[in-house]
Amino acid sequence: MTALVEARELTKHFALGRGQTVHAVDQVSLAIAEREVVGLVGESGSGKSTFGKTLVGLHSKTSGEVLFGGERLPAVYGAKDFQRWAGQIQMIFQDPYSSLNPRMTVGEIIAEGLRLKPGRDRAAVAAEVGDWLARVGLQRDHASRYPHEFSGGQRQRVGIARALIMQPRFVVCDEPISALDVSVQAQIVRLLGELKRSLGLTMLFIAHDLSMVRYVSDRMAVMYLGSLVEIGPADDVYFRPKHPYTEILTASNPQPDPQSERRRTSITVKGEIASPINVGVGCRFAARCPKVMDVCRKETPVLRSVADGAAERRVACHLFPPAKSV
Amino acid sequence: MSAQPAARPGEAVLEVTDLAVEFTTHGGIVQAVRGASFSVAAGKTLAIVGESGCGKSVTVQSIMGLIPMPPGRITRGRALFRGVDILQRKVIDGHDVRGNRIGMIFQDPMSSLNPTMKVGDQIAETLIVHRGYSRKEAANRAVELLASTNIPEAEKRAAQYPFAFSGGMLQRAMIAVAIACEPDVLIADEPTTALDVTIQAQILDLLKELQRRNGMAIVLITHDLGVVARMADDVAVMYAGEIVEKGSAEDVFYRAAHPYTLGLRAAMPSRDTAKAGLQPIEGAPPDLFAPPQGCGYFARCPHAMRLCEQRHPRNFTVAPGHESLCWLHDRAAPRVAPELQGGGAK
Repeated sequence: MTALVEARELTKHFALGRGQTVHAVDQVSLAIAEREVVGLVGESGSGKSTFGKTLVGLHSKTSGEVLFGGERLPAVYGAKDFQRWAGQIQMIFQDPYSSLNPRMTVGEIIAEGLRLKPGRDRAAVAAEVGDWLARVGLQRDHASRYPHEFSGGQRQRVGIARALIMQPRFVVCDEPISALDVSVQAQIVRLLGELKRSLGLTMLFIAHDLSMVRYVSDRMAVMYLGSLVEIGPADDVYFRPKHPYTEILTASNPQPDPQSERRRTSITVKGEIASPINVGVGCRFAARCPKVMDVCRKETPVLRSVADGAAERRVACHLFPPAKSV
Repeated sequence: MSAQPAARPGEAVLEVTDLAVEFTTHGGIVQAVRGASFSVAAGKTLAIVGESGCGKSVTVQSIMGLIPMPPGRITRGRALFRGVDILQRKVIDGHDVRGNRIGMIFQDPMSSLNPTMKVGDQIAETLIVHRGYSRKEAANRAVELLASTNIPEAEKRAAQYPFAFSGGMLQRAMIAVAIACEPDVLIADEPTTALDVTIQAQILDLLKELQRRNGMAIVLITHDLGVVARMADDVAVMYAGEIVEKGSAEDVFYRAAHPYTLGLRAAMPSRDTAKAGLQPIEGAPPDLFAPPQGCGYFARCPHAMRLCEQRHPRNFTVAPGHESLCWLHDRAAPRVAPELQGGGAK
C-alpha cells in the first residue's frame, strides 16, 4: 500500500496560558492510501476535527509531520503554501451556513480557488463553474444567487463544488452531513461517493455517526481524547471492535430495529470524556474503562497490530498482546 | 398535592385531535401543522419522528402553550390532558397543568436553563411555584431529584451554575426540573440530539428508568430512527405538517405502510445496509406557505398516482392501531407497492 497522505506522530497542542496545555491531538500516525476513504470517528472533544484541520494546514503542527505523495508539508503554512497545496488538498466543512461567505454569489464562491490556476478567461471560469453546479446537482443559473437562497443540503453541494473544482487528490470532509436531515444526508453521501469514484479521490471522512462512517469508509479509525485508539477495515472495527472504547461506542449506537433494541442489555459507559488539558501518563480511557487494569494507569498504550488480528488492524490497549513480528 | 389521582397504567393521558397551527410571517402564512392526531397512554412512549420543518416541535410546543401568539395561531383541534382540553385552559382544579402535570425537556439544555441561577434553585423553583413547597423543603428535594438523575455529588452540583455542567449533566438537570412535580406526561423534544452517542445512551436509559419508576407517559420528538427504535412503544411519522403514518413501533419499522416511512428507512444506514444500499429521498419537502392540495409527499413519492396530486389522501387503517395517510391503501389503488400495501387495505 502506497500512502498518498501520511501523518507521522502528528501532534497539536493549544496553550491556554498559565502553563496549561490542551492536548487536542497527540502523536497520531495515520496513512491513507491513494483512492482510499478513511473514516474518523470519536465524540466531541476527541480531537478528530483538529486532526483534520492540522492535516490540511489550517492549524500549525506542534510536532510530527505530514507527508503528501512523499513530500513533507510545511509545519506552519504561509500564503504561498496554501496556494501551492490548494490544488491538491481540499476540505469540506460541517456547517454549510457559516462556511460560505454570505456576501458572495455562489458562482464567486465556487470560482474563487480558480484564481490560483491562471490561463482562464472569464467565460471559461463561468463555464467551469456551471459544469460543477450541474455536477453537484444544482442548476447552472444558480451561480448568480446568494447562499441564503439555498437549503442546507444545497449549500453543502456548493461547498463540495468549491472544494472539487480545484481537482484535488485528497479531500478532508469534516462532518459534512451532521447538520443535515436524514434524507438529505443520504443525497450528499451518494454525491460524494459518485464524485470520489469518478475523480479517483482519496478522502478522510470525519463524523460522529458510526453507521454512516461504516457505510462510507474503507477503513475506520477511532479517536479518544486526542489519541487514535483503534483502526482497521470499517466492517471489522464496527462489528468486531477490540478496544473497550470502540466496543462501547458501537454498542451505544442505536439501530433502527425495535426488536434488537429491546433485547439489548444496556452497556452504557459511566462518566464523560475527560478534559484534554494537561493529560498525564497512562491510557486516556482508563478512568471510564470497564476493563481497566493497573498497567493502564501507569503506561500509555501504543497503537500496534495485535496477535489475533489482521496486520492492518491496530489497537492501542494493554488488553491485547502485541502481534509477534514475522 | 394534586387534585387528580395518578393516571392508571394504560390510561390515555394525552389525546390530541386534528391540531392545526399556522404562523403569520413576512412571506405569508405558514401552515406548520395541518391536522395532527395522536394519543399517548400512561407508562408508554410515543415517538414523533420527522425531519426539520415537518411540524413535530411546533406540535408539542402548542400543547405546552409555548407558541408565541401572534405570530402563531392554533386554528383548530383539541389537546385533551386526562379529558380536559388544555389548549383552552391552563389550570385544572386550581393547578397549572404545564410544568406541573406535563413536564418538558428541550434539545439544548444550555439555552433552556437560566445561566444566572444555581441549578438546584431552578429545580426548587418548580416545586415552590407548583407545589407550594417551602424554600428549604424544595432545596432538599432538588438535591434528591438531581441524585435520581444519576448526577454524582448532587449536593455540591445543586449549588453550581449551569456553565459548570457538561452537556450531558445539563440534560440530567433539565430532566430533574421536568420531573420535579411527578408529571403524568413528559415531553422530550430532541433530548439527545446535541449529545454524543455514549451520553445519549445514558440519557435514554435514564428516561426509561424514570418512566418505569413513576409510570409517566413520554412524548419523544426525534429525527433519529435509532432512538425511536430504542425508546418507542408507538410511533407517529410526520411529514409536511401531517402525521402520515402511525402505529406500534413494530408496525412502523417492520410493516411500514407509507412511502415516506420506507424512504426514511432506506436513507439511513443500519447494520445491514450493504455498501451500495443507501437510497436518498430525492427532492425536498413542499412549501408550507402554499401546501399542495393533494398529498404532501406527492413530488417525492416513487409510487405517486394522478389522484395523489389532486386529492388529499384519506387516513386508512391498514391494521388495528396502524394508520397510513396514503391512497395506495384505497381498495381501488393498483398493487404497485406490495411492500407497503401488505395483505390489502381494509
